[in-house]
Amino acid sequence: MSHDDENRMSTKQKLVYMANQIATFFDSKPHDERVEGIAEHINKFWDPRMRRQFLEMLAAGGAGMKPTVIEAGAKIRPPKQDAA
Amino acid sequence: MGLVHEIDFGTPVSKSEKQVTLTVDGFTVTVPEGTSVMRASMEAGIEVPKLCATDMVDAFGSCRLCLVEIEGRAGTPASCTTPVTPGMVVHTQTSRLKDIRKGVMELYISDHPLDCLTCAANGDCELQDMAGAVGLRDVRYGYDGDNHVFAKRNGGENFNWMAKDESNPYFTYDPAKCIVCSRCVRACEEVQGTFALTIEGRGFGSRVSAGMQEAFIDSECVSCGACVQACPTATLQEKSVIQIGQPEHSVVTTCAYCGVGCSFKAEMRGEELVRMVPWKDGKANRGHSCVKGRFAYGYATHRERILNPMIREKITDPWREVSWEEAISHTVKEFRRIQYQYGRGAIGGITSSRCTNEETYLVQKIIRQGFRNNNVDTCARVCHSPTGYGLGQTYGTSAGTQDFDSVEHTDVALIIGANPAAAHPVFASRLKKRLRAGAKLIVIDPRRTEMVKSPHIEAAHHLALKPGTNVAVVTAMAHVIVTEGLFNEAFIRERCDWSEFQDYIEFVADPRHAPEEVEKISGVPAETIRGAARLYATGGNAAIYYGLGVTEHSQGSTTVIGIANLAMMTGNIGRRGVGVNPLRGQNNVQGSCDMGSFPHELPGYRHISGDAVRDIYDSLWGVKLDEEPGLRIPNMLDAAVDGTFKGIYIQGEDILQSDPDTSHVSAGLAAMECVVVQDLFLNETANYAHVFLPGSTFLEKDGTFTNAERRINRVRKVMTPKNGYADWEVTQMLAQEMGLNWNYQHPSEIMDEIAKTTPSFAFVSYDRLEKLGSVQWPCNEKAPEGTPIMHIGGFVRGKGKFIRTEYVATDEKTGPRFPLLLTTGRILSQYNVGAQTRRTENVAWHPEDLLEIHPHDAENRGLRDGDWVRLQSRAGQTTLRAQITDRVSPGVVYTTFHHPDTQANVITTDFSDWATNCPEYKVTAVQVAPSNGPTDWQKDYNDQARQSRRITGRMEAAE
Ligand code: SF4
Ligand code: SF4
Ligand code: SF4
Ligand code: FES
Repeated sequence: MSHDDENRMSTKQKLVYMANQIATFFDSKPHDERVEGIAEHINKFWDPRMRRQFLEMLAAGGAGMKPTVIEAGAKIRPPKQDAA
Repeated sequence: MGLVHEIDFGTPVSKSEKQVTLTVDGFTVTVPEGTSVMRASMEAGIEVPKLCATDMVDAFGSCRLCLVEIEGRAGTPASCTTPVTPGMVVHTQTSRLKDIRKGVMELYISDHPLDCLTCAANGDCELQDMAGAVGLRDVRYGYDGDNHVFAKRNGGENFNWMAKDESNPYFTYDPAKCIVCSRCVRACEEVQGTFALTIEGRGFGSRVSAGMQEAFIDSECVSCGACVQACPTATLQEKSVIQIGQPEHSVVTTCAYCGVGCSFKAEMRGEELVRMVPWKDGKANRGHSCVKGRFAYGYATHRERILNPMIREKITDPWREVSWEEAISHTVKEFRRIQYQYGRGAIGGITSSRCTNEETYLVQKIIRQGFRNNNVDTCARVCHSPTGYGLGQTYGTSAGTQDFDSVEHTDVALIIGANPAAAHPVFASRLKKRLRAGAKLIVIDPRRTEMVKSPHIEAAHHLALKPGTNVAVVTAMAHVIVTEGLFNEAFIRERCDWSEFQDYIEFVADPRHAPEEVEKISGVPAETIRGAARLYATGGNAAIYYGLGVTEHSQGSTTVIGIANLAMMTGNIGRRGVGVNPLRGQNNVQGSCDMGSFPHELPGYRHISGDAVRDIYDSLWGVKLDEEPGLRIPNMLDAAVDGTFKGIYIQGEDILQSDPDTSHVSAGLAAMECVVVQDLFLNETANYAHVFLPGSTFLEKDGTFTNAERRINRVRKVMTPKNGYADWEVTQMLAQEMGLNWNYQHPSEIMDEIAKTTPSFAFVSYDRLEKLGSVQWPCNEKAPEGTPIMHIGGFVRGKGKFIRTEYVATDEKTGPRFPLLLTTGRILSQYNVGAQTRRTENVAWHPEDLLEIHPHDAENRGLRDGDWVRLQSRAGQTTLRAQITDRVSPGVVYTTFHHPDTQANVITTDFSDWATNCPEYKVTAVQVAPSNGPTDWQKDYNDQARQSRRITGRMEAAE
């Protein structure tokens, strides 16, 4: 297969990228709504394993995440243990 | 059963409110003002003989067969062109009329071949009927004089004679049988809007001609078939009728191709489909169709259809045909094993926008109830998920606001990122008709589509923006409307949140959103943006129609919000002629979204986290539903590559070809342990499948499709499933094998369950559909007959919500390595990934995908028209042939994605819409260079595909 693997994001990189994209949309809102909006969006649309990976990265310092994403992290619902 | 008979009233219905009463042959009849005497007679039950009139086109008055006498008027006026007047007394049959009519018929017949017994139209020919109706018993003129019938005359060539034109794959044109009634010409103009036909010459010498005396296939003709339907004789005739003969019964059903959802009569002889004829009472299409729905059904009986279930251990093995029992039990065992081994969330499924609502409902049900997770998604993910998000946020429903009839009241149509002439042809015809009547058009599209300029249509403004700058342009239009005070304050104060609008004004009035600034990013001249905004805001009823060119972007959802804002601020919502209308791609995209195909939503767009909603299903299905959102298609593939997602049930969907970044999709599929594909053909995804369950076509099952207007249309079974089972039955067998207590005897029972559990469908039932023909949801206590137009008097969500729409440039940027922007689209004769249309005669129009490139860019690269080129992005490369055209701007290239050999999605990247992960198909940075032929990748891919399609015991691979 002729594709540039170095140009493809890993799942984790993608999650950071997606979270930042969401944050960018909410950038034009007042600060509180921004954080709230990001967290709500992620809680509503991300399955537990995506949120788990995301929270793990956040715990490890949240490299590459926008400040508002990091702030929103506190409001992101951790997945329950039994969920896949 | 018999044929579904439709009355031909001779001339179109008049929409006038004023009524006129007259007498026809002693019967009193009341009709709207503007009705023809012919139509009024028919309303009274009296059929006046006619040849050149039919109610799909305006009267022309050329055949002189429909003459009548009117008391107090001299002469014998043509009833088709004479409007009714109050108190008029009409006689349709007098001795004078009888003589004239006989004379007319005699002339026609004397220049018509008398091979009625062997003619394809025998039994369905209006010329025959009229000869009978007027009592023609002999023809005084011989056949030796001037005629169009015989190739030879008096031993020499007959120069009046023309050979048959059989170039169109679906119908023939036999000039010898033509009576030059011009119904075909008018159908092509008035109904289809293509203007491909003309009458050449005069008097006896006049002939119907496609284009400049071209063969049909070489002309502008788009093969919609309207002319064939209009033709009263066998001159224009379906080849299928020539081959098979006249149908004996017919059943009304719905096209399975695009989101227009045209109604058809499937005309049958036994279980053989003779032809499809658009149904006049179909509320989406009003008796019209395109080439796909009318003609391209041959795939249903194509020899490559797989009819037996198959399994294999590894995807490198050949397929092994097995019994249904074995395939079902194997699938369930595998899924259970995977869940046991890797966890409950390790499997999921994909519903199909091509299958019925009932089938989609069952697939999401088996996933939620049987798999016990919410890993369900649909191909709508890759096209219209931003519509759901954007319209849901702003208005409160995830659907278009109008019915198609609404376009008849539109004064300004704004088309964004859509080419209805190619993707939604029947809607395009209806829109064009309105445009010819004087409505104005604005097109926002990187490409100069057919809508921008075609016969008798020209857009007032074409905003040829750089791909990826939709948000900037739409926001700039809002800027103009706000700063020039063109907004509708009264509407906003009444229906929207005024303070949110204030906030939006503050945002949008900023000079960075001014057209002059946006010109720099989008390449659209500021004056064009201003002109478009002014026209949209002040031109009367303004309606927005948009397509995948809006949604398939990193900012797809933001653009949808921007569009919703435009309509709100100008008050263009909540009545006829206005609104926001997503043009849905596939036939049942709307329905598959409605039916709970998204991982975070139960049917009717209710979030899975809502306890009250889950309770409804918990108690009905006897399980505790998972309250967590599941994985979306791209997330499933990521999880598969990561090793946490191992099995998938895919109904009627070809993600390997339709989803972006093919190599990532194939890596994801290859990482799974049980891929189950249920489809008609061994599609591309099936190359990676372990189980193949044969699917059934729309002709083989009962059910419903929901079109882009939220219209629920019946699909009716006209033949036995060749594979043995309708798709819903296959899902039911899987569920039963899983131990679920399913026992649906008919799809109507599935609809009953949908109605019982989904408020917006509460009153939908097969009985009601039988009665009303079709119904638009919401259909419930408040709207028992459905809802043609939404948000009348107020928004579903309460107050309409303005949301800021900041333009953010996509990260997919051009640079030295990839200096051009690729955008993708569709063409008329092919459908989506082409699995069906490629297996019909439609290939006559689109044998391969081509890369459109501007002459300037081509010259820089030393390319000539038709050269092989290599198209490369950071995701991959492919080759195809170049087509040099200025339809695209410099810097932009364009291709379609109908053929697996091209695999345009090898090129597209993993970027996606911020809100919904809808992939960014419409912008990819690429380089184009000369090439010698297919890439290694394409060759490898083809080898792999050929290998993986082997079936044990069969000589040839299936494709
Ligand atoms: S098939 Fe359609 S486009 Fe072609 S000539 Fe007939 S009406 Fe016109
Ligand atoms: S082709 Fe048919 S519809 Fe057209 S002019 Fe001839 S007879 Fe009439
Ligand atoms: S493909 Fe679309 S426009 Fe064409 S006949 Fe089918 S539903 Fe109608
Ligand atoms: S039907 Fe009226 S003139 Fe032909």
